[in-house]
Amino acid sequence: MFPLVITAFTTTSALGRGAEAMRSALQARQTGLAPCTFDTRARTYTGAVDGVDDVHLPEALAVFNCRNNRLAQLGLEQDGFMDSVRSVRERYGARRVGVILGTSTAGIHETEIAYNHLDPVSGKLPAEYHFETTHNLFATSQFVRRYLDLQGPAAMVSTACSSSAKVFASAWRLIAAGEVDAVVVGGVDSLCYNTLHGFGSLGLVSETPTRPCAPDRSGISIGEAAGFAIVERAGSVGNHTGLALYGYGESSDAYHMSTPRPDGAGAALAMERALSCADLKPDAIGYVNMHGTASEVNDAMEDKAISRVLGTNTPASSTKGWTGHTLGAAGITEAAISFIALKNGFLPGTLNTQQVDPTFTSRIILENESAEVSYILSNSFGFGGSNCSLIFGMHE
Amino acid sequence: MKQVYLHGIGVFGPGLVGWPSCRAVLSSAQAYVNEELPKLAPQRLAPAVRRRTGDYIRLAIEVASEAVDQCGIDASTLSSVFSTSDGDGQIAHNICDAVRLDQAEPPVSPTQFHNSVANAPAGYWQQAVESFEPSTSVAGFDHAFAVGMVEAVMQVTMENRPILLVSHDVRFPEPLHSARPMDSSFGVAMVLASEPMSGCIGSLDVSIQYETGIETVLKDAQLDKVRLGNPAARSLSLLKAIADGGGEVALNYPDSGLLLIKYSKMD
Repeated sequence: MFPLVITAFTTTSALGRGAEAMRSALQARQTGLAPCTFDTRARTYTGAVDGVDDVHLPEALAVFNCRNNRLAQLGLEQDGFMDSVRSVRERYGARRVGVILGTSTAGIHETEIAYNHLDPVSGKLPAEYHFETTHNLFATSQFVRRYLDLQGPAAMVSTACSSSAKVFASAWRLIAAGEVDAVVVGGVDSLCYNTLHGFGSLGLVSETPTRPCAPDRSGISIGEAAGFAIVERAGSVGNHTGLALYGYGESSDAYHMSTPRPDGAGAALAMERALSCADLKPDAIGYVNMHGTASEVNDAMEDKAISRVLGTNTPASSTKGWTGHTLGAAGITEAAISFIALKNGFLPGTLNTQQVDPTFTSRIILENESAEVSYILSNSFGFGGSNCSLIFGMHE
Repeated sequence: MKQVYLHGIGVFGPGLVGWPSCRAVLSSAQAYVNEELPKLAPQRLAPAVRRRTGDYIRLAIEVASEAVDQCGIDASTLSSVFSTSDGDGQIAHNICDAVRLDQAEPPVSPTQFHNSVANAPAGYWQQAVESFEPSTSVAGFDHAFAVGMVEAVMQVTMENRPILLVSHDVRFPEPLHSARPMDSSFGVAMVLASEPMSGCIGSLDVSIQYETGIETVLKDAQLDKVRLGNPAARSLSLLKAIADGGGEVALNYPDSGLLLIKYSKMD
């Protein structure tokens, strides 16, 4: 495939607003996780974003008001992203710029709130509740398109925790097909009771801050995040970040709804397809940003997959000890971490983890390392056995 | 403009159960009778697995099975695109009810929770047919069928791989039904490929257009009501063109766009 250049990117998570806040927290090894105050029934740590409820949507878009769209707007306002979008919109026209985002739960928190205020007699939802612009999975895509004044092809990819990785593949196809000149890709997922108690019911939520790859790892810490990037065909006239998407690989596990295939075959296939798509040999990869959820099965199978595809010398780590597992926003959040690592010449380690599971065979790094690497492979795996691997690198 | 080849169709809607009966109604060979939907029990799901699923997942597997069985392509070789308006409203209702703040220990069912992800139908399908091929689940509210079609056509033409496209939505329970009304459940599935293979029915020329135009409606008022009663049923205008042996239709596409699809029968 031809690479897609990254014209601009922005990231907002528990590490703060914008790429510089993320870089600083990564290098200072400062976690964004804290005891959960969003829902005190959940005895866990979360990666919450400060100030989401202080965001006010423009009056014309007030009907979209919900935590997910407030978080989306907060994210869009960082890193000069609005100016970058304006520039591609002026260059190509609003209809030649697509918007492909990922989410797992969109604005379902609005329904959770409304269910506490049902009419005691009729059981009806409150009059001010508006489904289409909040709970609906497509709502955040529509909000972002209106906020950015873009009218090109649109979709919300919702494949659980691989959602905002798979958006890069969909964007590549739209650009390769000539349907658009640029795509705003990204992902937004916000804290809600559904995921806190749902993952809890499956025994997948840790009571302590998440410790990926530890021998006694105890599950995820849920986070929230908004991240976006503009991707364009290489050689386009605009300024860009010097970064590019070189390949993607998608696969299915065909195994179980909430447990990955223990031998890692589905994950390995996604990684192999990404290498083949990028036309790269395994030794070209300088670092793997793991999905690394700290669930018992995920980390074990991902370790197997990495060893099998890349061997046992490639540094790999999970950064979820910083951000928490941001679910449908994990792909774009870890793309941003990969971009920051590439541009700043360091590899983030695995925060919170003291010791690597002794049964693991790949080279899991715990401490940050200085390294100028050419290519980073980022893994995202979701419920339903939805796997996606992306390869990013610098671009001349 | 992109061209793809159509190899199999699955339909499940009110009075339109299965493609042969749907085709007969749409081509006016048979009168339309709006009947209550039969119970869904897709055989491709093992009974123990099927018991863990609700209508949202069963509907997707039902129409997917019909489309795939019709064209005789090995289902494990197909990638898939699943498209929905909103995901599973029944589960959303159950979980939002379980996590009400007066619940000190919210009684969320783990099975319901893992079935709540929008790609749950895809997960069950890929498992049932033992396919490692990629699957993408997309949402598009009232435009879900058109949004899914665009994703599917991009995958078929740019990745050069055959695709199973499924678009489906089920009625929500109250109180969500009042906020997101749907008349009935509806599901549609199509197998699309970049080259005609054995069992090819015809070709679809698909393009997005922003010039002024209006969505194609069905002349039969009763059938047009079905078309508007569920986002997946927006596919009925295209299904009619297929039943008629040829034709061009326009589907609404976000926001001001139209998805134009021209169906030509295989000679």
